[in-house]
Amino acid sequence: MSREDVLVTTQWAEENLNTPGVVFAEVDEDTTAYEGGHIPGAVRIDWKTELQDQVRRDFVDKAGFEKLLSAKGISNDDLVVLYGGNNNWFAAYAYWYFKLYGHDKVKLLDGGRKKWELDGRDLVKEVPDRPATDYKAADQDLSLRAFRDEVVDAINTKNLVDVRSPDEFSGKLLAPAHLPQESAQRAGHIPSALNVPWAQTANEDGTFKTADELKELYEEAGLDTSKATIAYCRIGERSSHTWFALHELMGLKDVKNYDGSWTEYGSLVGVPVETGSNGGN
Amino acid sequence: MTDGCGAPEQSAVVTGEDTGDQVVVAGKVTGGEGALGGAYVRLLNADGEFAGEVQASPEGDFRFYAAPGEWKVRALHRSGNGEATVDAAGPGLHQVTIAVA
Repeated sequence: MSREDVLVTTQWAEENLNTPGVVFAEVDEDTTAYEGGHIPGAVRIDWKTELQDQVRRDFVDKAGFEKLLSAKGISNDDLVVLYGGNNNWFAAYAYWYFKLYGHDKVKLLDGGRKKWELDGRDLVKEVPDRPATDYKAADQDLSLRAFRDEVVDAINTKNLVDVRSPDEFSGKLLAPAHLPQESAQRAGHIPSALNVPWAQTANEDGTFKTADELKELYEEAGLDTSKATIAYCRIGERSSHTWFALHELMGLKDVKNYDGSWTEYGSLVGVPVETGSNGGN
Repeated sequence: MTDGCGAPEQSAVVTGEDTGDQVVVAGKVTGGEGALGGAYVRLLNADGEFAGEVQASPEGDFRFYAAPGEWKVRALHRSGNGEATVDAAGPGLHQVTIAVA
């Protein structure tokens, strides 16, 4: 799989804003960004209220995903180009989520909203009116998704990649540094996890590093590419970004995202937790 | 607890603000004509390792909740980039201005 199969550049995006069969979708947790201005023609997907079940801690089910995409005017044949803020964290999460429900014609806008803005490209407030479709989803492809028991079993057997910042990994912080540190879980990481912060896979303009640069990064970190890999972070969106780097850009076959991530693992009773900065030892 | 990862609204610091036990690195991005809004501000540790990023408010304000230490803040904007350093040794408000050119 080449970079062009999974990413589009901002230049390509601008040239294809009106191409039939291409749908741009902004995915964010904070949807005020979309309201303040978005890529012309882009629909909005709200990570918190539309991709998460509002009662249980889980995704919307297959029928819910079909209803959501139908209402957004996205059809099974459309190429969906996802982008968002936070260096595409939530867009990468949505990409993984679309793949989970069997939508293969999906790409990420390389660099996301940040690159688009740094390029000085236009943002508009006009909300598109797309006719509803009759979208059909597949059953979840669970080869892409890890649950807690598999993660516990993976300690010292599979690659565990903790993609949070070094201070979160070591236990100094419970959340990324742009958030207040009031979280209640135990701090630290899953024993045997390597700490390869997601930011090391991206350039400062938000674009992904090349496959060769990624390979070098993970080799230096000690990732055994002959083994299965599970990526995690705090709530599963930064690890979606790393899942994208490992599975889509590097082409590793057996890579799962643990969307329960530290907010689940760090609250489990009886599981091992490690602190300090020496991951993988 | 915070159940998301989006940054809170970026607001201006208040002199004498009580940050409790939080180490707060906050300030303003400026350009040629004063405050510069909408820049992407990155928090980097002494080794240059990325720790966080926010988008400054329309008034150029940004804020991080960091671990104690020496930090670099780097602003990216379509009009240019800029950076500054700050020593945030412990809990409290550590103010810094980033000039973008």
